[in-house]
Amino acid sequence: MRIFLEQMINGLTIGSFYALIALGYSMVYGVMKLINFAHGDLFALGSYLGFTLLVWGNAYVTTNFGLAGGMIAAMLIAAIGIGMAGILVERIAYRPIYPAGRLPAVVSALGVSIFLENMIMVIWGPRYQAYPVNVVPTVRFEIGGIHITLLQIIILILSFILLAFLYYIIQKTTFGAAIRASALDRDTAALMGININTVIFFIFALGPALGGTAGVMVGMYYRQISFTMGWNYGLKAFTATILGGIGNIPGAMVGGLLLGIFEMLGSAYISTAYKDVFVFLILILVLIFRPRGLLGEKIAEKV
Amino acid sequence: MKLNENTILKNWPIFLVIALLAVSPFMMNNYWIDVFFFFGIYALLGLSLNIVLGEVGLFDLGHMGFMAIGAYTTAILNTHFGIPIIFLMPVSALAAAGFAWLVCSPIIHLRGDYLCIVTIGMGEIVRLTLINNPFGITGGPNGVFGIDFLSFGGPLVIDTSIESYFVIWIIVGLSILGLINLQRSRIGRAWNCIREDEIAAESTGIDVRYYKLLAFVLGAGLAGVAGNIYASKLMIVSPESFTFMESCMLFCIVLIGGMGSIPGVLIGSAAISLFPEVFRTFAQYRMLIFGVAMVVMMIFRPGGIWPRKRGAIEFKSLLPKAGEDNV
Repeated sequence: MRIFLEQMINGLTIGSFYALIALGYSMVYGVMKLINFAHGDLFALGSYLGFTLLVWGNAYVTTNFGLAGGMIAAMLIAAIGIGMAGILVERIAYRPIYPAGRLPAVVSALGVSIFLENMIMVIWGPRYQAYPVNVVPTVRFEIGGIHITLLQIIILILSFILLAFLYYIIQKTTFGAAIRASALDRDTAALMGININTVIFFIFALGPALGGTAGVMVGMYYRQISFTMGWNYGLKAFTATILGGIGNIPGAMVGGLLLGIFEMLGSAYISTAYKDVFVFLILILVLIFRPRGLLGEKIAEKV
Repeated sequence: MKLNENTILKNWPIFLVIALLAVSPFMMNNYWIDVFFFFGIYALLGLSLNIVLGEVGLFDLGHMGFMAIGAYTTAILNTHFGIPIIFLMPVSALAAAGFAWLVCSPIIHLRGDYLCIVTIGMGEIVRLTLINNPFGITGGPNGVFGIDFLSFGGPLVIDTSIESYFVIWIIVGLSILGLINLQRSRIGRAWNCIREDEIAAESTGIDVRYYKLLAFVLGAGLAGVAGNIYASKLMIVSPESFTFMESCMLFCIVLIGGMGSIPGVLIGSAAISLFPEVFRTFAQYRMLIFGVAMVVMMIFRPGGIWPRKRGAIEFKSLLPKAGEDNV
């Protein structure tokens, strides 16, 4: 039972990374019907940006604002930087292609992904980079026999705040309603007076911003980052998106958390080597029995 | 197609390309012959994915998994039992096709992006399973090595670059002939009909499920053949050759060339395989340029370099306007 609970906590931690990244995929897909393959690499770029900030800016910020200040500053700057990068990608690589349809945009997205991945390699070098150790003090708590680190608590709290914030924006505000309306039917939404360009601007800024934050968190959690990490996390997060039902915001959150938990439980009880196989098997099984994901609603086919 | 003077005159570009391909290896060094060999491999894989993606419009981003099945079938049967490569070619094709039939049967009803993610998952499962060395036969991350050369018995062993170049391009040529016939047959028309409008196809009596599965099985079989040649040329297969990234490259070959267009596939595979070689002088910047080139390419020619002529008007209806649900 103790192992089970500890694995659940580990799973939730990883799952919250997946959920944060998955939101970017899901929002973009919802409105644009585009699988943004560059999203995973934007996440990796965020991780590297956070790395540089923590290594170079660490001394100045931490002496003046304390450790927490340094960490939050790194996340904020990474989020803003990656949000801007997301908007740039949309303007340069996607906007000119929208009229041509969906498939050319997929190729363009893959091109951006290759570009970003190699840009990271050129700037930061092909080797692994290690995050600084002292960002969060390595304190370990024991609650009822369950070990949990301070870092895990911070990551869980931060990501749940972010998820709750996004949920609030999407589900409760007028602007969120505009996003949901555009996801349902873009042309009708535009006729109802929703400024589609603002919506697109917003989702391409917010999705990558959340991804960039997740990048910094992943860096702090695993302490080792590489320029190819975008593909691995991107693929998992995309899987999470589909698991929850693509284009569905709460679905992406639930899918991400579930995926993290599946992965950890699978590696604890079945086999570490086969944990990714396990993840994809679950995905395929879910899709066979619920072809629109766990939370996706059934849409009648139009003839 | 009857080969008389008229057909040669009418189709002179095709014969020019064939002549160029036949003569060019004698004017290149071994390095470039090998580059053109891999161009041939990509062309074969592109043709195989073109059946699934180009003809039927099914998003398959795990196509490398089928090639991996073919390559590992060849590698394992050859190194463990010493079966000659030439006999393993149909065996690999059948193994890959059988695998496709097995895994695609339960998921063939999925639409659009959901099919896409399931094929990604399938390709990844194949790769990860190979890395984990099940039953100690796949050799884990190192792969299987010591595979024989392709041999036709006696002294005729394909062991030089130029010989393997001709083997792959002859197979590509034969596949193209077969695929052109397939395009013009009842099957090809049924496939295109499904691609343009699945519901209309179903209501005119086309067995959608059967034809979709057939596309996957044929595509996988052809990829299995490519795997067989690849294994015997490199003499080693390892899971690293069959990554998701490679499947994405195949996807790009079909889309850069033009969906469902056979000359397009050749151009697309030339772009994917020759581009990084031509820009080798830029060292670490070449993939950077490659990414930019893909984006620029799609901005200026979103339909591909050589879109298919027949059905070129209907091509647009395949691509729903943004905001429309394709699933």
